Amino acid sequence: MLQIINIMAQEIKNKPEQTAGLTQKEKEARKEEMVLFLSNSEEREALFSKANRQLVTDPLNDDNPITVQVLGICSALAITVQLEPAVVMAVAVITVVAFSNVIVSLLRNMIPNRIRIIVQLVVVAGLVALVDQILRAYAYDVSKQLSVFIGLIITNCIVMGRLEAFALGNKPWKSFLDGIGNGAGYGLILIIVAFFRELLGSGKLFGYEILGHKGATIAESTGLYALGYENNGLMLLSPMALIVVGIIIWVQRSRNRKLIEA
Amino acid sequence: MDYINLFVRSVFIENMIFAYFLGMCSYLAVSKTVKTAVGLGAAVIFVLAITVPLNFLLDTYLLQPGALSWLGAEYASIDLSFLSFIMFIAVIAAMVQLVEMVVEKFAPALYGSLGIFLPLIAVNCAILGGALFMQQKAFSWIGEAAVYGLGSGVGWFLAILAIAAIREKITYSNVPAPLKGLGITFIITGLMAIGFMSFMGIKI
Repeated sequence: MLQIINIMAQEIKNKPEQTAGLTQKEKEARKEEMVLFLSNSEEREALFSKANRQLVTDPLNDDNPITVQVLGICSALAITVQLEPAVVMAVAVITVVAFSNVIVSLLRNMIPNRIRIIVQLVVVAGLVALVDQILRAYAYDVSKQLSVFIGLIITNCIVMGRLEAFALGNKPWKSFLDGIGNGAGYGLILIIVAFFRELLGSGKLFGYEILGHKGATIAESTGLYALGYENNGLMLLSPMALIVVGIIIWVQRSRNRKLIEA
Repeated sequence: MDYINLFVRSVFIENMIFAYFLGMCSYLAVSKTVKTAVGLGAAVIFVLAITVPLNFLLDTYLLQPGALSWLGAEYASIDLSFLSFIMFIAVIAAMVQLVEMVVEKFAPALYGSLGIFLPLIAVNCAILGGALFMQQKAFSWIGEAAVYGLGSGVGWFLAILAIAAIREKITYSNVPAPLKGLGITFIITGLMAIGFMSFMGIKI
């Protein structure tokens, strides 16, 4: 390969009409450019190079799918009443986004443009059906709680959004990392919202009583309830999820001022 | 009458946006002006009113456990409900494509103003959500499914119209910079959802 480069460089050096106006320095620069151009396509990027690691870490904060890209809001809100379904949903979404990214990236040169959306929908629907069956087999109670929302991962904007924006134009490994990153960003917001809603709304985390046990009267209660603390029932209602996400956006944009809309 | 009850319930009490938060992505993205909001809302009503009854037919005669008994008694035990997702989404995508072609031919002005939003309805969670909720509710005939679809669409339309009107007004309000745009919209939508909860106890 390098021999070809050298020969080509020689040709350019020796063609007076092409390099007539260039000084010796410029001719050297041109030759170097050619070497770099031709050898970059041969060099393989490390599996976890800086650019690849950024694909995973960026969506956790700067490019978060929910708070910045405004994708995937639908299912993020209704299932965050307790931590356990939120964690299961986060894992399900990470799986679907990562693997559908890989599959579409592998097929990207073969899909005709006009049926692009339909092919993407079929791939995602197939993966979600698989995830749904696995959940029904191994975590039946949680899947009953999640009910319709597992199916709604198909139309989850994050999946389609990343397929269109990334997988259709990038290689499989990068697409996989991008899928993991965006799924993790989504999962992070889900877990934060569910954490506050379950803790403040029912005093529990993952079903374990954290703030003490609430008895029939104050005398029979332990922990914070003995001091007269009451659970905030409003937190268990779905509108609070929206308000909590609004506050998360407020906090995130106060700390990261470049995200503020003009 | 039962249909009015069903309609009012799906518009106000089981509102697609305020009760189930379906279709939030396009709800947040398109609600910056009232004009675009009305266009998208109308398209969603149209698509929901057509795809929910269609999916009901599919579910009743093909996908439900025991649905295939019209073919013959020996097929009564087949349960194809695992194919629901793929079939529903295929019907929705095909319907949206059809609606797009019909609108382009018969109402070119509407087609021009809707632009990219018409194909985007295919991936709107509210449409697939409407179909999946219809499956859960197990209606007895197609008329009920149609009323449910229409009601869901009208509810979604109402929600996006309201938030677009409010967003247009608060451009001149003193919202703190980190909250401007997306943050305040979330909080307002949350407050509107709390307001819509007041409809919960109503019996007609």
